[in-house]
Amino acid sequence: MRLLHRKQFPTSKDISGCAISGMMSEIGAPMSGEAIIRSIANMHDRSNGLGGGFAAYGIYPEMRDRYALHVMYDAIDDKQETERLISRWCTVYGDETIPTRPSALVRHPPILHRYFVNIKPEVMERFCDETEDDAIVDLVMTINNESKGGFVFSSGKNMGVFKGVGFPEDIGEFYRLDEYQAYIWTSHGRFPTNTTGWWGGAHPFSLLDWSVVHNGEISSYGINKRYLDNFGYKCALHTDTEVIAYLFDLLVRKHRLPFEAACLAMAPPFWPQLERLPETRRELARTLRIVYGGALLNGPFSVLVGHSGGMVGFNDRTKLRPMVGARKGDMVYMASEEGAIREVCNDPEVVWHAAGGVPIMAHLKEPEKVIGAEATARLKAHSCKLPAGAWQESPRAGRAAASVQ
Amino acid sequence: MSKRLVQAEFNVERDPERCIQCQVCVRQCSNQVHAYDEEAEQVTCDEASCVGCQRCATLCPTGAITIKKAPPDFAPDNNWTSDVIQNIYRQAETGGVLLSAMGNDTAKTSWWDNILLNASQVTNPSIDPLREPMELTTFLGAKPNAVELSFDDQGGPSLATKLAPQLVLSTPIMFSAMSYGAISYNAFESLARAAGQYGTFANSGEGGLHKDFWPHGPNMIVQVASGRFGVDIDYLKVAAAVEIKIGQGAKPGIGGHLPGEKVDERISQTRMIPVGSDAISPAPHHDIYSIEDLRQLIYSLKEATRYQKPISVKIAAVHNVAAIASGIVRAGADIVAIDGYKGGTGAAPTMIRNNVGIPIEFALAAVDDRLRQEGIRNQASVVACGGFRSSADVVKAIALGADAVYIGTAALVALGCHLCQKCYTGKCNWGIATQDPYLTRRLNPDIGARRLVNLLRGWSHEIKEMMGGMGINAIESLRGNREHLRGVGLSDRELSILGIKAAGE
Repeated sequence: MRLLHRKQFPTSKDISGCAISGMMSEIGAPMSGEAIIRSIANMHDRSNGLGGGFAAYGIYPEMRDRYALHVMYDAIDDKQETERLISRWCTVYGDETIPTRPSALVRHPPILHRYFVNIKPEVMERFCDETEDDAIVDLVMTINNESKGGFVFSSGKNMGVFKGVGFPEDIGEFYRLDEYQAYIWTSHGRFPTNTTGWWGGAHPFSLLDWSVVHNGEISSYGINKRYLDNFGYKCALHTDTEVIAYLFDLLVRKHRLPFEAACLAMAPPFWPQLERLPETRRELARTLRIVYGGALLNGPFSVLVGHSGGMVGFNDRTKLRPMVGARKGDMVYMASEEGAIREVCNDPEVVWHAAGGVPIMAHLKEPEKVIGAEATARLKAHSCKLPAGAWQESPRAGRAAASVQ
Repeated sequence: MSKRLVQAEFNVERDPERCIQCQVCVRQCSNQVHAYDEEAEQVTCDEASCVGCQRCATLCPTGAITIKKAPPDFAPDNNWTSDVIQNIYRQAETGGVLLSAMGNDTAKTSWWDNILLNASQVTNPSIDPLREPMELTTFLGAKPNAVELSFDDQGGPSLATKLAPQLVLSTPIMFSAMSYGAISYNAFESLARAAGQYGTFANSGEGGLHKDFWPHGPNMIVQVASGRFGVDIDYLKVAAAVEIKIGQGAKPGIGGHLPGEKVDERISQTRMIPVGSDAISPAPHHDIYSIEDLRQLIYSLKEATRYQKPISVKIAAVHNVAAIASGIVRAGADIVAIDGYKGGTGAAPTMIRNNVGIPIEFALAAVDDRLRQEGIRNQASVVACGGFRSSADVVKAIALGADAVYIGTAALVALGCHLCQKCYTGKCNWGIATQDPYLTRRLNPDIGARRLVNLLRGWSHEIKEMMGGMGINAIESLRGNREHLRGVGLSDRELSILGIKAAGE
């Protein structure tokens, strides 16, 4: 039997079909993982047992200012090697085995461990004008590319990714997600079409507090990867999903574009649609498209991007993958199928199918209350929110109804 | 004078049953292959002068003429082939330099043929360009690394980034630099008009821009080359972009020479030189002996054009092309054009044409890689040129990393060129590479422009079909996307330089 927990990077691009589902409380009300497991299980047939995973935000309130590194190891020796690296770079404020519930349906798990860390001040000195986030990115890339059997699959603050080989509902049970309380949950069931799948290759893919679950195939992957290389991102995993996470990190965190503008760069309107926009918007959309040609995501996809301040769902500009949005009170739901939403939300106030390329946005209404002052300041510094009402008009002329808020 | 050792390269076969002695061939052949013998009342021929341009065979109303490659089959020898021997005979007669025209015709591999394209099956739907949008719009010019927005305005975000000037192409194909002088007035006009009609650009070459062509300025890239012919402020102002020509793929490292007999009144006005004088382009620019000199010229041209126009720099693909291109981008060029060793020319020493420079495939891959490694790929667009024969070559070049391509030979073939490679004689029977009014009027610019537009349309359709097959609906997603390329029959080293995988990987 092949050991699917072994660290393995496929040599060619990984292609997969999938199910995705996400839910968020905009007032930051904590929810256990029980509902999201039911939601993703509702789409059982969209995955084939070769990968499932979840991202949860707000789960480590006592450690919310530490980076939570979730690491999987092939063997105990690999753990020692990687831990040496972590302790050289970081002050470790706590570490423990990630609690699991043994299950016959989830076989051969790797060693799963988590660490709560900050970069040591003397290490930060090497990073000149860069931030602690940049240093964490560097550490994650170093471990994932260079260590033999260690793989960091989650590295954000006050959030965590839980994933593995199996059906998503079984993975959720395995990780005891019903015992966590989060204000955002995203989930993924995987149907890979050309690789056998390994634990690290399941979704969500995550870097810092970005997590991405993705259904589809990015036909522009080859150039997206080389475009990111320009800015120092190394795409080692050969998954499309990885480039989406890095593109959000680049466009939103580094280039400080609002999410709407970042989505406009990644799934721009067609030129004739663009010509019909009002003049100021047209110039903006046109410039974004010209400058970020390498970031354009082509091919069929629907993705859910989670971050500590909210959740973004969007799909390709010709809408070749399904994406449904729904809202009830302070809850926002996004999923591949409406049934997955109705499974966990009896009578949504509004349900709509997202238009191609038009993002569905959910934001924490009062982030200070939910994630604390420091995280809010960081959120503001790292992501730029459009002023209310600034983007009422949909960038797709005539499809404004799609972005119901 | 003794009989020449050089033998005829073509056989002219005339079917006496079909020939009606109409003498069309006599009037059409500027090489005087055909003549009419009044006494015998018969058309005769001098095969030794035939260049194989097929004009007579094409126009013969009864199809009586067949032009075939003549043997000269000297004793079989893989080293000392008939071509090699004939060349030595020619040089022994004259003591001159062997001349050629058009691109390298030797049997060296075209690497495009060893690269295959991808298509979607199942996991990613292929797209039908006849039903769905398929976008080829291309922007050439410097791009910033990031777009900055400002939020002061209550109405929403506004742009804080001002974009450098861009050329907007409706398809990623432009016409290469071919000067008025090297080609005829009508050929030049056909190219300029076609560029305007299809929404792309033609390049003036280094011979200036005649006033008659100024209305085509918005679709012209004008060249500033080492001879500086026809360069004045109006020339720079009228154009859409300015290109500094450092070198050319067919003859890297050497200059050019338009013989005085071609310099008639109109060409003299255009080039700003006296009628009948030779137009000599020196090998280097005498004000560019280093990269910092190039920077000065780039910024002189930017100043002169008020920073309203992209400045391109064209170089031949030579061994160190990646480092040179990087220097050019850092020197401030908005576009770098790389001309491979198969690039065409109106005249080049044969040895240079066939032996100097490197293939565009490797040069392009190396330049794109290098600019990305240095994080400066956004700062300039890369245009590839040199021997593009079909839309498939164009798609492969874009997937390797080019923003657009220049086509020269293919455009001339669309105008009727039969690639006899004798442009430098000035006797082009197709009215393309000649200034003889009797010959130039054979090319009607209305028809020429229409044929060129047809070519661009045909290739663009094919590009869209290939992109659709890959599941890509915007040219941005094809550009530099080497995942969609696979190599066959290439060594590991070749694959690694091209940055592509082998078929089956």
